[in-house]
Amino acid sequence: MWSLGPIGFAAPWLLLGLIALPILWLILRAVPPAPIRRRFPGVALLLGLGDEETTTDRTPWWLMVLRMLALAAAIVGFASPVLNPQAEENGRAPLLVLMDGGWAEAPTWAARMARVDTLLDEASREGRPVAVAALTDPQIGEITFQTAESWQRRLAGFVPAPWLPDEGAHQAFAARIAGAGAFDTLWMSDGLDRSGRAALLDALEAKGSIRAFESPRPVYAIEPVRFEEGEVRLTGHRLRGAGPAEVTVQAQGRDPAGIERVLSTATLSFEDGADQAGTALILPPELRNRITRMTLAGVRSAGAVTLTDDGLRRREVALMAGQEDREGLQLLSPLHYLEQALIPTADLIDGAMSDILLANPDVIVLADVAQVSDAPDVLDWVDRGGTLLRFAGPRLAAADIGQENEDPLLPVRLRAGGRSVGGAMSWGEPKSLRAFGPDSPFFGLALPQDVQITAQVLAQPDPALAERTIASLADGTPLVTRKRVGEGQVILFHVTANAEWSTLPLSGLFVEMLERLAISSRPAVPTLEDLTGTTWVAAQYVDGFGEVFPAETGSGIAGEALATGRASADLPPGLYAGEDRSVAVNAVPREAKFERMLWPARIVVEGLDVVQELPLKGYILMAGMALLLIDFVASLWLSGRMTGPRTQTAAFVIAAFLLPTDARAQDSLALSATSEVVLGYVLTGDRQVDRVSEQGMRGLGRTLFQRTSVEPAEPLAVNVETDELAFFPFLYWPVTANQPAPSAEAYARLNRYLRGGGMILFDTRDGDTARFGATSPAARRLQELARPLDIPPLEPIPEDHVLTRAFYLLQDFPGRYMGPPVWVEAAPASAQDAVEGMPFRNLNDGVTPVVVGANDWASAWAVDGAGNWRFRVGSGFAGERQREIALRFGVNLVMHVLSGNYKSDQVHVPALLDRLGQ
Amino acid sequence: MTNPAILRADAETLSAPFPRLLAAAEQLASTVLLGDHGRRRAGTGDDFWQYRPAQVGDPVRRIDWRRSAMADTEFIREREWQIAQSVILWVDHAASMGFASKGLAPKSDRARVLALAVSILLLRAGERVGLTGFSLPPRAGENQIERLAMALSKDSDADFGQPEARGMLPHSRALFISDFLGDPAPVEAALQKAAERGVGGALLMVLDPEEEAFPYNGRTIFESMSGALRHETLKAGDLRGRYLERLAARKDLLQGWARAAGWQFHVHHTDDGAQAALLWLYGAMEAR
Repeated sequence: MWSLGPIGFAAPWLLLGLIALPILWLILRAVPPAPIRRRFPGVALLLGLGDEETTTDRTPWWLMVLRMLALAAAIVGFASPVLNPQAEENGRAPLLVLMDGGWAEAPTWAARMARVDTLLDEASREGRPVAVAALTDPQIGEITFQTAESWQRRLAGFVPAPWLPDEGAHQAFAARIAGAGAFDTLWMSDGLDRSGRAALLDALEAKGSIRAFESPRPVYAIEPVRFEEGEVRLTGHRLRGAGPAEVTVQAQGRDPAGIERVLSTATLSFEDGADQAGTALILPPELRNRITRMTLAGVRSAGAVTLTDDGLRRREVALMAGQEDREGLQLLSPLHYLEQALIPTADLIDGAMSDILLANPDVIVLADVAQVSDAPDVLDWVDRGGTLLRFAGPRLAAADIGQENEDPLLPVRLRAGGRSVGGAMSWGEPKSLRAFGPDSPFFGLALPQDVQITAQVLAQPDPALAERTIASLADGTPLVTRKRVGEGQVILFHVTANAEWSTLPLSGLFVEMLERLAISSRPAVPTLEDLTGTTWVAAQYVDGFGEVFPAETGSGIAGEALATGRASADLPPGLYAGEDRSVAVNAVPREAKFERMLWPARIVVEGLDVVQELPLKGYILMAGMALLLIDFVASLWLSGRMTGPRTQTAAFVIAAFLLPTDARAQDSLALSATSEVVLGYVLTGDRQVDRVSEQGMRGLGRTLFQRTSVEPAEPLAVNVETDELAFFPFLYWPVTANQPAPSAEAYARLNRYLRGGGMILFDTRDGDTARFGATSPAARRLQELARPLDIPPLEPIPEDHVLTRAFYLLQDFPGRYMGPPVWVEAAPASAQDAVEGMPFRNLNDGVTPVVVGANDWASAWAVDGAGNWRFRVGSGFAGERQREIALRFGVNLVMHVLSGNYKSDQVHVPALLDRLGQ
Repeated sequence: MTNPAILRADAETLSAPFPRLLAAAEQLASTVLLGDHGRRRAGTGDDFWQYRPAQVGDPVRRIDWRRSAMADTEFIREREWQIAQSVILWVDHAASMGFASKGLAPKSDRARVLALAVSILLLRAGERVGLTGFSLPPRAGENQIERLAMALSKDSDADFGQPEARGMLPHSRALFISDFLGDPAPVEAALQKAAERGVGGALLMVLDPEEEAFPYNGRTIFESMSGALRHETLKAGDLRGRYLERLAARKDLLQGWARAAGWQFHVHHTDDGAQAALLWLYGAMEAR
């Protein structure tokens, strides 16, 4: 393909035909047009008359140009021009399309795939074999080159991985290509630099040329949350972003109803040029504990999602001691060491058991409590997942509970009395701890040598005892026992929670044990030691697009692998559940660094924009045809054959197609105005007033929709000069002082409208400043405007007018102002006075054609786009009441228009029923 | 032997245009009111012209005694001179007369109608009308109209007609109707011959408006009606001026010859009304 600027030609040799154009010009000018044969008796007079010029009657130059253009269009058209031709790849070597395939590409994944698709299109056109590979793809073995079509079919299967390729991935890929022959590379890069990149680049360059593709869009990522100093700290990264930007962080979690939703938001403000931004969220513990993940709003990638594991979760621990009457002896308090251990990582609550249960804590710690009050409730709570942690003590040892039969709130049966070892009154040494077995949740914790147990309660030997023992003393007596109850567990430390029976509470082991039992939150980052020897199973995975989905399969992950915290093919990001706690592995690790990839200057970096090829052949040939048509007409005209009836017919037909279709516009107005009830307002020419009218009608329509069976459509603006009025039951006409008067036809149409049962509400909108009938400019203008109208005599709304009871019972008709009286058609003089006992007169039929007032109703009714009242009415509650009455007036008005004097006729109902009864 | 059926069909074909022509001519002739057709001079005739005093040499029997009795001198009653004039017609029926521009009748139609109409008028005025040559000598009477119509209906294949100057009676009147676009020499010869015999008359040049305007442009091949003559031009528009000059020269030529021979010359266009031409013709025939 040979290209000329943005246009390429598939058959450029045809363009040589353009050289023939000047020759053709000469020939066309030399060859006379075909002669016309004419019978002409005067030929005898012509005989012997020579032409003064030997050249023919020249074809006019513009006609020649036209023909030349048509011919040139034909030549250019058949040369198959293409706009924005895809640049031609040189060489026939196989093509490797290499994608990084990490989450950083996820936001632009569709564009990338489209770009790859066009690249494959090109390759298939050139018949080059292709291999498509992603660095994140954990495949091994040499890459295989196949036809582009077969890759195109498989393209949909490529999804971004929720991790980024690491150095190992680069090396692995370099190994995969090592044996391949020469090929060219198209590198769809995410624009992030990382180790191993340069080596792979060299390896690829050794094989052939490289073109790189990068999206210029910034990459956003969020680091795992940290909980420090009572705040949830968030750190965001961005790459390739310039200028200030704000990204919203959404804290997502389940609300009390169990529905996943955004619980809180924070904003990350990236300053100009900054590639990092931080913010903090301060949340009540209840809310904070519900957060399951943080996401960057509007960024669709795994890097924009960070799962919060127990790191955010602050457990609620209820502490109860059997006896707290030892004033001043703080260090002897059974709860002192627990409080010290738990305060940094848990929220503590205390109180009576019934209150505690209402708070639904995660853990209830009972220090030396023998008799548990509300035991059935506590058991129920444990059954639903609570952890009951009990410490022994003198009281428990002295009580006789759980000795004969197993107490449901104790893990084991106890022997009466307990024992003390190594004391003054006993033989033997104080006992130390035995190393934790692999089945124990404490497995792997180091044993300090100074922990000594001097007294303990003893468990009755029992078949289940060994299974329930999770820590024991050097002599094998159980120190900590555990029993699962439903979803929860009951744990008993066979020693006291203070240092009375053992030095355990004084040691760091105590805190670690509490952590392992998930009684306190784990520290922000689990250390390698924490995780060594544990096995974790994925509970949730995050895909490359940042979608969180439950993990259904997946083998266990060793704690050592988890400890690295770096997502990879072996450790996909997600939430990994251990025995009692969960650890999140996020796509973006803590303290992440993102560097921009700096390509060597020799490598061409292109954007992702796919410039669509646009074959121009059809268009140009069409243009040529059009030119020929013009030439045809022009030739006819020049030779004087453009007259006659046929030409006129053709012209008429063409003109008929070009005639504007005004009728349709009127039809569409009629259609929209008649398919539903529509409130109309008259355009005044003042845009502000028209806007208020429109909003007022919308507000009134909304009120009608909510309260009555009248469900109006969107209001329509009515231009009395041009629009047909008959479709509108009701027109609102705000009168402005400088409104142009309608034309005579418009008045005729208005009068026809009023006679036909329409109603116009004239509103001079100056009820606050003018008394009606006085010399307000709008009122004067109204008088001028209304003079040619066919308006009957008016009177202020009488008390018994049907407007006062068409829907609501009203006596006032305020709008935004509580102004002068509102005028309606006067009752006829013949109206009889009210019958005795009847509250209103028996008036004539019919709807008043006009209602005239000054109360600026539209402003009172007006709602803005969000459905809020647009103008304040009055002040405070009285104002809102006034607005309500204004709305009621509107409702009454529309009801009156639509149902006429139906309410007046209601007075006859008793009489009719009376007659029917006879 | 001629098949009678074919003969009849031919005759009917031949006579088909005749009633139309006749009717058109009758209608045209009826528009001219026949007024006083005396010769406005004394001579042999039926109508009274004047009394004049008898002069020496007047035959006595011509004295009107009744009138003379009223006065002392003798009067002679003179009658208006009435003499049947012979009018001979030549109507060009060559192919060139068949030309018609769009929407108009061919020139030959107009020529024939005019010729026949003036014949009708003349015949009704008592003149004798005939055709040049010896095919139809001048005769009086209504029957001559039909014979004329029959004779005028003939067409010729020749491109341009030549006036037939034979058979012209001395001191008769002649009427030549043609487009005179062909060779003018025969016309001159005919006029000369007519002048020699004391024949006065009129030349009526019937032209189509297109022949007068030459509204042609571009490359054109002009052909005569039979196709015998042709002239090709590359720019017809350029010829217009010279053609018009030549046409004007032809008219002048005819006018000059006509004047020299004591004839009258008129140009009639087929898009003009026929009546004006008829009136002119009638006047020309009446003129002395």
